[in-house]
Amino acid sequence: MRDFYGVTLASPLMLGTAQYPSPAVMERAFRASGASVATVSLRREAGQGQSFGEIIRGLGVHVLPNTAGCHSAREAITTAQMAREMFETNWIKLEVIGHADTLQPDPFGLVEAAEALIADGFEVFPYTTEDQVLAQRLVDAGCRVLMPWGAPIGSGLGLNNRYGLKTLRAAFPDIPLVVDAGLGLPSHAAEAMEMGYDAVLLNTAVAQAGDPAAMAEAFGLAVRAGALARRADPMEPRDMAAPSTPVIGKAWL
Amino acid sequence: MTEQVTIIGAGVAGLWAAYMLSEAGLTPRVIDRNGPPGAHGCSWWAGGMLAPFCEGAVAEPEITAHGQQAARAWARVTPVTRRGSLVVALERDRGELARFARRTTGHETVSDGLHQLEPDLREVKQALFFAEEAHLDPRAALSDLVEVLAARGIEVETGEATPDEIKGTVIDARGMAADLPGLRGVRGEMVVLRAPEIALTRPVRLLHPRHPLYIVPRGDGLYMLGATQIESADWRAISARSLLELLSAAYALDPRFAEAEVVETGADLRPAFSDNVPRVVRRGRVLHLNGLFRHGYLMAPALAQQAADYLTRGTKGDLFHED
Repeated sequence: MRDFYGVTLASPLMLGTAQYPSPAVMERAFRASGASVATVSLRREAGQGQSFGEIIRGLGVHVLPNTAGCHSAREAITTAQMAREMFETNWIKLEVIGHADTLQPDPFGLVEAAEALIADGFEVFPYTTEDQVLAQRLVDAGCRVLMPWGAPIGSGLGLNNRYGLKTLRAAFPDIPLVVDAGLGLPSHAAEAMEMGYDAVLLNTAVAQAGDPAAMAEAFGLAVRAGALARRADPMEPRDMAAPSTPVIGKAWL
Repeated sequence: MTEQVTIIGAGVAGLWAAYMLSEAGLTPRVIDRNGPPGAHGCSWWAGGMLAPFCEGAVAEPEITAHGQQAARAWARVTPVTRRGSLVVALERDRGELARFARRTTGHETVSDGLHQLEPDLREVKQALFFAEEAHLDPRAALSDLVEVLAARGIEVETGEATPDEIKGTVIDARGMAADLPGLRGVRGEMVVLRAPEIALTRPVRLLHPRHPLYIVPRGDGLYMLGATQIESADWRAISARSLLELLSAAYALDPRFAEAEVVETGADLRPAFSDNVPRVVRRGRVLHLNGLFRHGYLMAPALAQQAADYLTRGTKGDLFHED
């Protein structure tokens, strides 16, 4: 199993910590899902209050701070440094947003910020598109995890470009890959795992569900199912129908 | 029970505790380090919506259950506008309206009738109408409550007080100033605009995937726009980002808000427990009323009633906790 900067995750599910009805509901969702990583946004939690940060640390999972909402490399780098101080981890989920409406990553700012942060000792989880050339640039910069989007953040559209995601998996057999953003249903998460992805990261689909804990459990089951199916070596699809029970030799009734 | 009760904190929770105890025949003392209600307390910055059904879209069931008594309780001390409330979405976000409808009760869908209810919502094609909801002017409500208490011989005293140095039963209703485990601050920011050419008569909530907003009419062309909800105990004034988001959302609802006068902005912390449900917490001889989160006006009467019931009759309601 591919590890994440030396860390083997107990579950391939990473959950965000925003938009839940309450911290109590969020804690129930984490417990029900078995998620191994919690992402947390720093940007809007600056100030003297530490208690939400304490709740996150109290979840007992790996904390992956992010630079959500940053629109330039410089902004993202500053946020990452604050996050490292606050959560005492070198992990950073790097988001550099390039387009306000689709929240699409800015590929140029992403590579620039990744280079700077890696030089500064960070272990970078870049939120990227499924573009293979960009992925190579990020790996060249020193990223040892890639997080391509499934669809725009918060859209719930699922895996928008299956071809691109499959190609990326084939092109980077040694790099842990995480589908990040755009997942709306457990079936989307299962499909990502069936493709050979190492984990999925989502937030809105769970936090904004009518029953977040139940949806979190459903996603936990889906990633297990998808990973198990991948290990079981799925059949190849074929055009020719092949009966599972041979007809020859059966009694005609 | 004849023992003296002292209430520390003259925000919405403390004042309601005084009212409910006086209904039970007691004359509690009320002490606040800043005196009568004002900008120092988070009650000052509230929207004043009494919207138990809308809040039920995300809040725990206790909020909807108890909140339904709030309009009647407030009407005993202050004018309450009972014209219902509206929930709307822009055409692009119609799915949000369907989802909100599934997760709430007490509403009907209005389309043609909408423009009879609020002629100025002409850009909006469909809404959910919560006929049983109400609103009030929170600052007027606090001062009316203070006046009612004064007429019953209960004056708000100005002075520093902590539960330890007071004899007898203490109700601690100091919000974020109380030393209570598990209490966190959730930052909220608001804007008051004067837009005399816009005529809305009831609260309107705009569902928006990124920037949800509510607008509460305060009369005389004044509108309260609220409110952000940020997991942070940051006390500073409203941020430029939040101001932009609130104003943009209002502008999307009615472009004439762009011409409005910005009368006031505000920011403060809502005290909240992890489930965002308020609690009466008994710790020895101190009864804490706290964690009203964004439901101060909606939940204070019920919370105060449970505190008074416990002190006078020993009953423990569903919001009662022992520490």
